[in-house]
Amino acid sequence: MSLSIIESCVNCWACLDVCPSDAIYEDKPHFMIDAKKCTECEGDFADPQCASICPIEGAILDAAGLALNPPGSLTGIPPEMMDKAMAEIQAR
Amino acid sequence: MELTVLNETSSDSSGGCSASACGSSNDQLSHLPDAIREKVHNHPCYSEEAHHYFARMHVAVAPACNIQCHYCNRKYDCANESRPGVVSELLTPDQAVKKTKAVAANIPQMTVLGIAGPGDPLANPERTFDTFRRLSAEAPDIKLCVSTNGLALPDCVEELAQHNIDHVTITINCVDPEIGAKIYPWIYWNNRRIRGKKAAKILIEQQQKGLEMLVERGILVKVNSVMIPGVNDEHLKEVSRIVKAKGAFLHNVMPLIAEAEHGTFYGVMGQRGPSNEELMELQDECAGDMNMMRHCRQCRADAVGLLGEDRGDEFTLDKIESMEIDYEAAMQKRALVHQGIAEELAEKEKKRAALAAVKVPSGPTLDNAHFRPVLMAVATAGGGMINQHFGHATEFLIYEASAAGVRFIGHRKVDQFCIGNDTCGEKESALAGSIRALSGCEVVLCSKIGYEPWGLLEEAGIQPNGEHAMEPIEEAIMAVYEEMIATGRLDENTSGNSQMSA
Ligand code: SF4
Ligand code: SF4
Ligand code: SF4
Repeated sequence: MSLSIIESCVNCWACLDVCPSDAIYEDKPHFMIDAKKCTECEGDFADPQCASICPIEGAILDAAGLALNPPGSLTGIPPEMMDKAMAEIQAR
Repeated sequence: MELTVLNETSSDSSGGCSASACGSSNDQLSHLPDAIREKVHNHPCYSEEAHHYFARMHVAVAPACNIQCHYCNRKYDCANESRPGVVSELLTPDQAVKKTKAVAANIPQMTVLGIAGPGDPLANPERTFDTFRRLSAEAPDIKLCVSTNGLALPDCVEELAQHNIDHVTITINCVDPEIGAKIYPWIYWNNRRIRGKKAAKILIEQQQKGLEMLVERGILVKVNSVMIPGVNDEHLKEVSRIVKAKGAFLHNVMPLIAEAEHGTFYGVMGQRGPSNEELMELQDECAGDMNMMRHCRQCRADAVGLLGEDRGDEFTLDKIESMEIDYEAAMQKRALVHQGIAEELAEKEKKRAALAAVKVPSGPTLDNAHFRPVLMAVATAGGGMINQHFGHATEFLIYEASAAGVRFIGHRKVDQFCIGNDTCGEKESALAGSIRALSGCEVVLCSKIGYEPWGLLEEAGIQPNGEHAMEPIEEAIMAVYEEMIATGRLDENTSGNSQMSA
């Protein structure tokens, strides 16, 4: 079982510093989780550490491929507000 | 409130701040004990005067952050220390040391190295302290400073004290968890993500504890606050009182900058930033007898150079890789340059004392005391002179002239985009931006100005003035003020900025 990092990652190093299993590595274009090393923090911490510090919604997925920090959960911006604002900016 | 009279007595420290360059340094620093003043007098971030002669740089070695601020998007640099929407080139500690030495050797005026992101330096203790440790050993003539959101600060104070880091900036936006919950959605603490009031409470406690610990150890602390209208604007007065009582030596209130395109909570939700007037009013109220830093330019975290200039392009990674730096030799050259600057400053200090007489309106002060203060803007390229074309100014220095003398108030950037939300069109001209930056001012002094802006400024109630080109700022402002008195422009309570009156 392992979490994974996807392309919305901004390479901020936060998760790498807090992983107890040394499972996260710097890579291009974004950081990666070594599936063989990741323990999902089982036995070390109640919550997966990478997903507890990652500032980017959607960047870290659970073993089932679902975002651990879904849209709106970290910024507090309701997803429809974000969509509306982005549509307005693009229309300029 | 009382208007500060420019301190005319020479400062006793060699090369002390001469007010004739900018006018802020003396009233900002005069209350400080000599030891502290000595520490900051050539620090470009703390002294407007020093900003003209010395340079600072930041290295981006600290990408991770342990909290979220509602005005920050972590795709970009820490918005506490950089303007929003900026991305710095991330360096390893090794590259950072190389870059710092390369800049110090080529720009001898560079005296201060700061770590300010792209995330929170103390959330990256290894990268940050590795950099500091090596620089203290290899380039001992460079001062070190660091800025932080404060969450990890108490744990780092011991280590900071060991590396002899004497300037720490803490961004403190609140002391009340209710308010904090509206600014910080979460923190990462004890291996969990914590939200809401509980998170804000922990953050506030850590910030205050860190502040106290630093002061106890004699480390200088500056406090930054971001003014968020309707959220913490009133509250910042209390923050100011508290951090001052605890021994912070400077408090710097900065405006919130929020644009939807930054993708921040405040930007997307339409939270507005403060107007120039609101910011100035709060800065005045927070000032009291406390130091208020008014010249902070919220510069890019990776900017390199003097006052507004950015020579960062000369020191990109590939360029510094190929530079051979003999730092021993560079240090000797730097010492000479620093000595030269100290002499120049001492010289200015003498001249300033001689010119002191022109700083208050001629005639008995009692006669003039009833005239209201006037805000004036100056376009300057540095050196304490009125020496910039109106159209070339990317920022204006704002001064207040009154019967008590000339006082530096702050500077205003000419933003190309609107600060308010829907009060102005999107593609407005730079000229309209300049005029908005000058709101509340009655005069703008510059070396030259075009015909079109002249007319538009007059329409906006701002008198352009090019008669004092190449003259020292403060004398020129006082001359204009005296002229306004003489021609009766200040006789009745004509239009003016009421918030500035005593
Ligand atoms: S879940 Fe835990 S072990 Fe797995 S990568 Fe994240 S921090 Fe490391
Ligand atoms: S914390 Fe999130 S954004 Fe930062 S490097 Fe890890 S996955 Fe990427
Ligand atoms: S502390 Fe700085 S980097 Fe962290 S969220 Fe706040 S503004 Fe952004």
